[in-house]
Amino acid sequence: MSAAPVVLSAPTETGWQRFRRDRTPVFALWFLVGVAALCFSSPLLTALHLLPDYKAQDLALGPVAPGAAHWLGTDLLGRDLLARLLQGGVISISVGLIATAVALLVGVVYGVVAAEVGGRFEDLAMRAVDIISTLPLTLIVILCTVVFGQNIWMIFLAVGGVSWLTMARIVSTKTRSLKNRQFVEAAVSLGQSRTGVVLRHYLPNLSGTIAVYATLTVPGVMLLEAFVSFLGLGVKAPMTSWGMMIKEGSDVMEQCPWLLVIPSVVFALTLLSLSYLGDGLRDAFDPRTAKK
Amino acid sequence: MFLYVLKRLAEMIPVLLVVVVATFFLAHAVPGGPFDKERPMPAEVKKQVEAYYGLDQPLHVQLGSYIGNLAHGSLGPSMKYPGWTVNQIIGERIPVSVILGSVALLIAILVGIPIGVVAASKPNTWMDRVPMGFALVGICIPSFVFGPLLALVFSLQLGWFPPCGWGTLPHLVLPALALGLITAAPLARLTRGELMEVYTLDYVRTARAKGVSPWRVRFVHALRNGILPVVTYLGPAAAALVSGSFVVESLFDIPGVGRLFVTAIVNRDVPVILGTTLLYAVALLCLNLVADLAKAALDPRTARDRR
Repeated sequence: MSAAPVVLSAPTETGWQRFRRDRTPVFALWFLVGVAALCFSSPLLTALHLLPDYKAQDLALGPVAPGAAHWLGTDLLGRDLLARLLQGGVISISVGLIATAVALLVGVVYGVVAAEVGGRFEDLAMRAVDIISTLPLTLIVILCTVVFGQNIWMIFLAVGGVSWLTMARIVSTKTRSLKNRQFVEAAVSLGQSRTGVVLRHYLPNLSGTIAVYATLTVPGVMLLEAFVSFLGLGVKAPMTSWGMMIKEGSDVMEQCPWLLVIPSVVFALTLLSLSYLGDGLRDAFDPRTAKK
Repeated sequence: MFLYVLKRLAEMIPVLLVVVVATFFLAHAVPGGPFDKERPMPAEVKKQVEAYYGLDQPLHVQLGSYIGNLAHGSLGPSMKYPGWTVNQIIGERIPVSVILGSVALLIAILVGIPIGVVAASKPNTWMDRVPMGFALVGICIPSFVFGPLLALVFSLQLGWFPPCGWGTLPHLVLPALALGLITAAPLARLTRGELMEVYTLDYVRTARAKGVSPWRVRFVHALRNGILPVVTYLGPAAAALVSGSFVVESLFDIPGVGRLFVTAIVNRDVPVILGTTLLYAVALLCLNLVADLAKAALDPRTARDRR
């Protein structure tokens, strides 16, 4: 259907080799690695006096637009925006990584197993997902905060608790549709074990959906973190995160537009790279697209 | 089919019971009560009030009487708004959230899915990049930024729609757009990803070869197979939309369920927390059932082997 350029690929070519041939996803991967490296090295940069301290206030200075002294400007309390952006990145990137890991490990396994076992087990498993997704997350987070005190781990717990639910639902639907396909029937009749069917037939055919949905989870949970923090339960000031910076920036978008625009652009660029990376992985590992 | 629906409806009862019991204990485990204020009530008064609401009883007795009332369709009295029952408070707000949510859902479907279909038809060209760029903006912009931006442009600058409030049709436009477009973005991405796969299947080529027009192939033949994950995603998304969004309702000052839920948590108004949670649970279960039925109709292979 599509007028994709005909690329000959050797039968022995692996998914990674195909992945590396396409430039956009590779560039996206390097961009993400770069941003993450910069964010996670920010305490070191501050220690070396290459970067101002993210919590150092300068109330006399107040908010200034981007310039030579502060490359990305300062916030309402005169704190350097670049330093805060890098510190916030540590939180947001960690939240994104945890969510993706939980969605992939718990969500995919849960969905595939539920659909493969089928019958009453699947009914029970799916109703359990319903129950968990209905319980008020805010109450749970408040309760955990009371029991364990306010700390960053609460956010990871909240994010991990919800990020796998829709993934499990989507994966189980798709698996159920694959289950009745002829090639799966053929594999079973040729003596393929259940594990074999899951690993060799389900997962490769699910990979596209999983990759796309995994990249959709990340922005959602990064914003969820902002909401949880907004309720005063997550990241504590003076620490920050991208979601919180965008939230604070949106309150003063008419007076100090850079406080909204800069974090939003960084946030968007990161997610853009992430979705190109997801699409690239999808294209490289999808058994059908790969054959072309 | 009818039996299957009945079975699923019957299954809802134990699920809802578990949700009620769990939320009940959660809400009571959280410290602070509805009558704790900055200026404490005299101890005797507080005791009286708590006795009135049955808060002096052991928890399991409270739970029992709550479930008993629930069986009669009563959600109990509100603790923060004296003289109001939870049925009245929620009943007043349901139409608001349902209308807003349904319009937003319609916008999301009508915008998101066609964008995905168009983008997947010419991958990696401008017809793919431009709509997907917009979708990405929609995914990245949180509603607390998108809402004020809409209000700023279409209300304060252009003066087309009122910036906040509820009641008339123009009031509906901005919040519905804010909710709908943000939901449309992930739909577009999911649709595109699925259709890219479906377009490579043999039956799509056959349809083209026998002379079906390209757009009919994309929207009728291919979409039917590619839309499964989208429908799955729509179940919970629709439930979230019709049971109200805290952020958008607060931004546009709309008296909906989403705001009620969050204020109830802040106020520790346990009956209202339980009522709104139950409402969301019913919406989620029903819409997931609708999604499952739609999937079975679209792709009979997903239908459960019904013994």
